[in-house]
Amino acid sequence: MKAWWPLIPLLALLAFSPVASAGGVDPTDFDEPGLEERYRALLHELRCTVCQNQSLADSDAGLARDLRRELRTQLNAGSSDDQIIDYMVSRYGQFVLYRPPFSPATYLLWIGPFVLLGLGFVVLYLTSRGSRQGARTTGVDSAARERARRLLGEGKDV
Amino acid sequence: MKRLMYLLPMGLLLLLGLFLLIGLGLNPRLVPSPLVNQPAPGFELPALEEPERMVGSADFEGEVVLFNIWASWCVSCRHEHQLLVRMADRYGIPIYGLNYKDERRDGLEYLRAFGNPYVWNAHDLEGRVGIDWGVYGTPETFVIDGEGRIRYKHVGPLTWDKVQDDILPLVERLRSETL
Repeated sequence: MKAWWPLIPLLALLAFSPVASAGGVDPTDFDEPGLEERYRALLHELRCTVCQNQSLADSDAGLARDLRRELRTQLNAGSSDDQIIDYMVSRYGQFVLYRPPFSPATYLLWIGPFVLLGLGFVVLYLTSRGSRQGARTTGVDSAARERARRLLGEGKDV
Repeated sequence: MKRLMYLLPMGLLLLLGLFLLIGLGLNPRLVPSPLVNQPAPGFELPALEEPERMVGSADFEGEVVLFNIWASWCVSCRHEHQLLVRMADRYGIPIYGLNYKDERRDGLEYLRAFGNPYVWNAHDLEGRVGIDWGVYGTPETFVIDGEGRIRYKHVGPLTWDKVQDDILPLVERLRSETL
């Protein structure tokens, strides 16, 4: 319990270590400068729908490769980021977005954790207040103390 | 009151258990399609059977049809194939196929081996039409009404229960709507 603080750097290391990404971004051959950055940014915004915990950038599934090709085609054709995202959403639904928009369907998703955190604080406050009061009021009476001492004393002989 | 407080964690645990139980029954891989009740995406592709002939979504018009996405490399497509054959034979539902990311030779061989319930098959070698239709796992089956609108989508192999409970009644209803 005492020596938990050396764990902090370890945890920090875990939290910030880059996850090895097995996927690919495919060779790119954009004519215009700037497209490459937009392409890479979009890859991280869009989910691979067959390998659902990976973005298009992480995944090496066939469908992810096809979707990356589609992205490159549309970027080269001069589509804006919003147009491309709309295209994907209209086919695969909002599920394809790695960052779901703040809409009635996702209120719980966005706000839920903070509500839980708040609830946790309330419980923490209530229990800590309760235990402080408890410590003040409940003393052990002397008869019980005497009985405990006897019991412990008997234990020593065995 | 104080006693009841002690039951709270247990209550929360039971609630969590309930959610987990519901979660067990859900399919996490199922992505609800935004295409249902939207006009079917248009396409034109060479037919699998005759590369020179172009086929496409224009052929669906005025009829309630099934559009089935399959491939010879897709094992679960084989599981549902006999169902498709039966639906075409016994119920006279026109089934159109999209041969998805497949070599022509392999696709034709598959049809020879397992039977051909399809009116035609469009050959989507690159999978671009598949993306347009929001395909993410073969097989997928769409029901398209007489006005060219997608009315139903099933991902994964069809089962006889699914066909009997959902697809046949829907086709029946849509047919009476078009008349």
